[in-house]
Amino acid sequence: MMALTKNQALEPAKQPSSIGMPLLHKVIFLVLLAFLLVLPFMVYPVFAMKVMCFALFAAAFNLLLGFGGLLSFGHAAYFGGASYIAAQAAKVWGFTPELAVLSGTLAAAVLGLVIGALSIRRQGIYFAMVTLAFAQMVYFFALQSDFTGGEDGIQSVPRGDLFGLVSLQDNISLYFFVLVITFGGILMLYRIVHSPFGQVLKAIRENEPRAISLGYQVNRYKLMVFTLSATFAGLAGATKSQVFQLASLTDVHWSMSGEVVLMTLLGGMGTIFGPLVGAAFIVSMQNYLATFGAWVTIIQGFAFVIGVLLFREGIIGVIARIIKRPL
Amino acid sequence: MSIVLKAEGLTKEFKGFVAVNNVDLAIEEGTIHALIGPNGAGKTTCFNLLTKFLQPTAGRIIFRDRDITRLSPAGIAQLGMVRSFQISAVFDDLSVLENVRIALQRKRGESFDFWRSEKSLSQLDDAARGHIDDVGLSEFINHRAAELSYGRKRSLEIATTLALDPGMLLLDEPMAGMTQQDIERISALIRRIAKNRTILMVEHNLSVVADLSDRITVLARGEVLAEGDYEAVSKSPAVIEAYIGAEDE
Repeated sequence: MMALTKNQALEPAKQPSSIGMPLLHKVIFLVLLAFLLVLPFMVYPVFAMKVMCFALFAAAFNLLLGFGGLLSFGHAAYFGGASYIAAQAAKVWGFTPELAVLSGTLAAAVLGLVIGALSIRRQGIYFAMVTLAFAQMVYFFALQSDFTGGEDGIQSVPRGDLFGLVSLQDNISLYFFVLVITFGGILMLYRIVHSPFGQVLKAIRENEPRAISLGYQVNRYKLMVFTLSATFAGLAGATKSQVFQLASLTDVHWSMSGEVVLMTLLGGMGTIFGPLVGAAFIVSMQNYLATFGAWVTIIQGFAFVIGVLLFREGIIGVIARIIKRPL
Repeated sequence: MSIVLKAEGLTKEFKGFVAVNNVDLAIEEGTIHALIGPNGAGKTTCFNLLTKFLQPTAGRIIFRDRDITRLSPAGIAQLGMVRSFQISAVFDDLSVLENVRIALQRKRGESFDFWRSEKSLSQLDDAARGHIDDVGLSEFINHRAAELSYGRKRSLEIATTLALDPGMLLLDEPMAGMTQQDIERISALIRRIAKNRTILMVEHNLSVVADLSDRITVLARGEVLAEGDYEAVSKSPAVIEAYIGAEDE
């Protein structure tokens, strides 16, 4: 057994560890980008933008669940909270679109930092319940306070001019604004997962007591990943409010928190591309099956049950297992 | 010789049950000190108290003249006192190389850098390879830790711990679940790494204890029963009584 040690050349490294972006991922990202560049000329651009916003939302949620191992049940608070702030900024304060999105995102970051600091001390189901409780507080705040417009939400948010120069009235120009934000956001999430910080995060997810015994103050890492996840969820929500020119209670409702869990699990939690696929799947289903009315929720639930029973690792998770590569 | 780690009147009560009662311990610099005792004697509780995974009900813990009774478990690791676990503690989904790098990363203090590429970690690879080589795992360097056999997982755990270069190691039953072959290998490794370190270990395998340790503390029912070298301890009537029927495991 010991003698084999010298025989390093026997088995060549399976892959040159995990340094840098693997070629496969580069190819997938490039193909995805090429597809997204022609997409608005094939389908209704607003639908495509909705998919992209939810893809970013699910990817942000997956950072927390899939890589941080923390199940938050209140991510609607950051998604919806940011959409209210961005809508308010664009409509009332007269901000340009990029500044409106930025203010929504920052608001979500602050909210995530505060709620995160108060919840990360709890674990498992208690953590999920605490995050849900805080998200419900945000929901009732949105329902009651003046600026959010209660049941009406903030309507007819102007689309404005990007940097005060380029008009986003046109769906196609807005589409490319949204594309840059969401694609850029997803690339940033990819970087976070594959950073020194991401390594420590995975270690904590795999074995928390061991990470502590190596000297890591794990709660600081959890708070950091919680805040980052909330920030990107906010970026998604803020962008969505510019697309639909609307911030409404739907986005802060607890069912939105559930929907993002659904997207992430269906696509494959802990994978890079799973949440994107899951989001595209769920949003398309809601869109194309809209004629069924309330039945959509039932069909969605059915798809989820089948998904969980047949492929527990999610769509992309199963593919990754079959081709034996991380996706 | 100076005392590295000292416990004074260490006590831990769980609801209506005293697991560790008024234990005094003094570990000398550069020795291998074993903590033994029958099942339920409070060894693991004692261990968890010393490494701050449990908070003592009473008593003080002093590490290198510093009171660490109120410190966090991560805090004492940063002072150079690192523990292992009874069940093997590796990061299953990470490769062997990444496992060891996690320890090296902490020492460099750049682990919060979420904007930096993983490439920046490759400068730690050489150091990590050295530690992996030391425990004879070079051929598995790119394998996921989950794929390793039990004995190799424990070797990886030791490599990761040594990457921190701790002055003091606390090993919780390092031989539990090992084959005879593994035991010999790990014993040799422990003896080698003990050259310039202090080691406190909890161990059930008495022949390993006899072989490795300079000093032994025997616990029974949460209290110190005897202390001394193997010779003295094994002759103590109190120890023989506590171990009756369980002496040769």
